[in-house]
Amino acid sequence: MQSTLVALVEDKPGVLTRVASLFRRRNYNIESLTVGHTENPGVSRMTIVVDSSRTNVEKVAQNLYKLVNVIKVEDVTEQPTVLRDLALIKVQADGGSRRSEIMQLVDTFRARVVDVALDSLMVEVTGTEDKIDGLVDVLRPYGIIEMVRTGRVAMARGKSGNGHK
Amino acid sequence: MKKTGAEIVWAMLEHEGVEVAFGIPGGTIMHTYHPRRHYGVHHVLVRHEQCAAHAADGYARASGKVGVAIATSGPGATNLVTGIATAMMDSSPIVCITGQVSTPVIGTDAFQEVDITGITLPITKHNYLVADVEELAEVIHEAFYIARSGRPGPVLIDIPKDVQQKSTEFEYPDDDVDLPGYHPVGKGDADLVAKAAQLINQAERPVILAGQGVMMSGAMDLLRAFAEKTDTPVAFTLLGKGGFPESHPLALSLMGMHGEVFTNRAIQQADLLLGFGMRFDDRVTGRLDAYAPFAQKIHVDMDAAELNKVVKADVAIHGDLRQVLEQLLPLTLPNEHAMWLERIAEWRAQSHKRDIINRPENGHLVAAHFINEIWEATEGQAVVVTDVGQHQMWAAQYYPTSYPRQFITSGGQGTMGFGLPAAIGAQIARPDKEVWLIAGDGGFQMTMHDLATIVQERLPIRIAISNNHYLGMVRQWQEFFYDKNYEATRLLNPDFVKLAEAYGIPAWRAKNRRQAREAIAAARACNGPALIDFEIANTGDEANVYPMVPAGAALHEMIERPTYVATDYKSLTSHQVEQVPVMDTVLA
Ligand SMILES: Cc1ncc(C[n+]2csc(CCOP(=O)(O)OP(=O)(O)O)c2C)c(N)n1
Ligand SMILES: [Mg+2]
Repeated sequence: MQSTLVALVEDKPGVLTRVASLFRRRNYNIESLTVGHTENPGVSRMTIVVDSSRTNVEKVAQNLYKLVNVIKVEDVTEQPTVLRDLALIKVQADGGSRRSEIMQLVDTFRARVVDVALDSLMVEVTGTEDKIDGLVDVLRPYGIIEMVRTGRVAMARGKSGNGHK
Repeated sequence: MKKTGAEIVWAMLEHEGVEVAFGIPGGTIMHTYHPRRHYGVHHVLVRHEQCAAHAADGYARASGKVGVAIATSGPGATNLVTGIATAMMDSSPIVCITGQVSTPVIGTDAFQEVDITGITLPITKHNYLVADVEELAEVIHEAFYIARSGRPGPVLIDIPKDVQQKSTEFEYPDDDVDLPGYHPVGKGDADLVAKAAQLINQAERPVILAGQGVMMSGAMDLLRAFAEKTDTPVAFTLLGKGGFPESHPLALSLMGMHGEVFTNRAIQQADLLLGFGMRFDDRVTGRLDAYAPFAQKIHVDMDAAELNKVVKADVAIHGDLRQVLEQLLPLTLPNEHAMWLERIAEWRAQSHKRDIINRPENGHLVAAHFINEIWEATEGQAVVVTDVGQHQMWAAQYYPTSYPRQFITSGGQGTMGFGLPAAIGAQIARPDKEVWLIAGDGGFQMTMHDLATIVQERLPIRIAISNNHYLGMVRQWQEFFYDKNYEATRLLNPDFVKLAEAYGIPAWRAKNRRQAREAIAAARACNGPALIDFEIANTGDEANVYPMVPAGAALHEMIERPTYVATDYKSLTSHQVEQVPVMDTVLA
């Protein structure tokens, strides 16, 4: 079971270390953690995916609140939420029919080829983790040379903002 | 007005109401020491930075104000670590100021560079590395606010040498701090408070578990009003001692591992527990699955992360205890629990019979004796500071308190060596009070170098060494649970009387009750510090702290105090685990 927490934090040096240190100190199991800027300068946003079968999500949120630089924490697991992961996948594609097969798969998954080399293609795909896992599965037989995934980012649907001034 | 970083430090300390700072100078903090004499902050030179942190902590616990410790970078800073961890666990507000190597060389392994903000990240409430002199005043202001507000705790400020040297236009910061993510809680949720009131009004066998939060929120008078109105007995945690007068008819005793049997019984048989500003530490609950099996639980704490952490509460209220009690009081009905209190009184009478203090004289000196003598001599009014071990538990058992911040001890970390420096802080915070340090012979030797500080500061601290020539608490566990294999616990001690005299401190040795009484009177007659080496019994049942809930046992599975046959001390029954029935038939 996974839960998704969205945390707004002050954009100050060391905040990521504080959050990471908290997870280690309290023995929390974290599946992924992403950080990025928000619409507010000075505020960063973290999306934290927690293995809720092994870690008490409420305690994660309460302990995050104890960090002075953490402004707001929300568990969006039960809310209608857009969840996205982004992956760059470099696949072997040395000409011939394999190349066009891969292009077709990429189309089907609404992914994009972002770089072409003689014997490889770089694919960019955004979507839920399931969708990306699906693409990775079908690309694997062609030979994945390199892959990077950003980890999950999340935003609740609808008009409501994140509540920060 | 232009000020250097160093001057800003002192100006801000003055501004925050700091009267005293404890520390040791060194290369990266000397610059800050230099202008001190122009400011109204007294500096106490300790002999080890661990003592600076503990003294600041002791000062904070005795006064309720923020304590301040100062150290140089590298080893000075790392020496603070034990003291910071101790303050963190016991929610004590201290601000530690450390020097750091100059900003251009941070990260180069410069002489005496250490990443103290990294090291103290998990043991501070918050910490800062000041990158620019422009932000220094604001950081200090924030640090004090964070340390003392909400659930208090230690804050560290690491100031590079060049930041101390640089000048800037200085102005006192606004009173308000700009911390968008920091909002200490006030009132509790009204619906939850109403629900709690309902449980309270229906309870037949309620017990209040009073923690340090009672004192931190200043709820002593309200706790008393609440207990009296609802006729609810009050047990306390080690750090909760002082939050409720122990002479009050509704006062129980310390709870948990070395709590009195009657108190632990009351908890086990209660139908409602009210956890007020405490955190259900494992030393308090014993085995969790057998903890207070008949009780519904109400838990009030200002740290949401403590609620439902250990014990699942039926009503968990996130709020400041004082404000929650203000909300609760009008909703509770005046009540009487005569039968329940009578039952507890019977158990209390049984406990008293077993109490070593009520045993006929056999010539031996035990800690209960000398602590009781100190209590009588000081009419229960002294500030008592302890170290960690058996004597700490005996002090908690045999020095009943009557006012808040009277009993100062390291609970959550159980830090040996805490006592002496904490007593320094406490005596400076309370010059109006007689301060007694009760320390073990083991822990005393961990920080005894600061006897020099006591003398240098002319502090009239009375030091009682509970000398059993053992790391007694560990020895007790070895006796009970490790086949009496006394591995590494026997202590060959210096002559503490001569040692004290070397520092110019008058000292006495007491080996029996009469000598103890005389030595206490002599020590109290000194107008400076004094030390007494109490040579206490260290064999047989007299060597151990009773009652005891063994680790992993339930609160009702206590090793009770041994029973004594008045005429024959040779036939002392050795300890045995006595199963107190989980539920009294009378109450079931
Ligand atoms: C710094 C530190 N080291 C070790 C311990 C483990 N410990 C707990 S109690 C104790 C024995 C204390 O002996 P002493 O100071 O003589 O007090 P006594 O128990 O004999 O009264 C020890 C070693 C500790 N709590 N703190
Ligand atoms: Mg000892």
